[in-house]
Amino acid sequence: MASALINVPPRVKRGEIIEIKTLISHTMETGFRRTQLGALIPRDIIRRFTCTYNGTEVFRAELHPAISANPFIVFSTIAVESGTLEFHWTGDNGFSVSQSTAILVE
Amino acid sequence: MMDDRVGDAVAVTPARATPAEMQEAIGKVVGSATVNPGRVTLDLPPLIENGNAVPLTIDVASPMTGADHVKAIHVFTQKNPQPNVVSFHLGPRAGRARVATRVRLADSQTVVAICELSDGSFWSDSADIVVTLAACLEDGI
Repeated sequence: MASALINVPPRVKRGEIIEIKTLISHTMETGFRRTQLGALIPRDIIRRFTCTYNGTEVFRAELHPAISANPFIVFSTIAVESGTLEFHWTGDNGFSVSQSTAILVE
Repeated sequence: MMDDRVGDAVAVTPARATPAEMQEAIGKVVGSATVNPGRVTLDLPPLIENGNAVPLTIDVASPMTGADHVKAIHVFTQKNPQPNVVSFHLGPRAGRARVATRVRLADSQTVVAICELSDGSFWSDSADIVVTLAACLEDGI
């Protein structure tokens, strides 16, 4: 099972811009490499990453094979209200991981 | 004479995207709009030892309000097997148009970032990078 690391400040002031860092373990096999016998290794990558804030999408990324293994993505959002940030990664071979983090806005 | 042979050797290296393919990929995103230089800052190290994980940061000068914000940021390369690297979709909820990730680069090359603003205009920046150990060249498994 893939594991994800998410860094969100737990307590923030209302209206503050917060930086969110995400890291997920995944090989991001490009589909361009070959085995020593010459067979092409099939592509296996994460295609899409989304972040929703209390159900509203605030950030989305479409990934291609040129993203490094264990995709690391940094973005920001405005802290509007307390609630949950949900992170969702989907990709080849039915890869799907969701994780959520609570945020307290003062 | 020697120079010609060197040129031939370069031509038979594995399949790579060419600057023309990168322009085609950019054209699919931009359409008929013109891409202006400026407003975007693409931050890449000028020299990287390992092309498998190159830190990349993009900053766009934008107030990020409902009326004037960055809709999307796209990254393209000239010499990777595919020209597309990543597309980020933002909105006024982002607060600040700044994103970062780590990318693979197959060769020393020019990387291009293009951002789309809410008014439909496109802005771009490019950065040259020297890669000493290219991605995609490691031994197979």
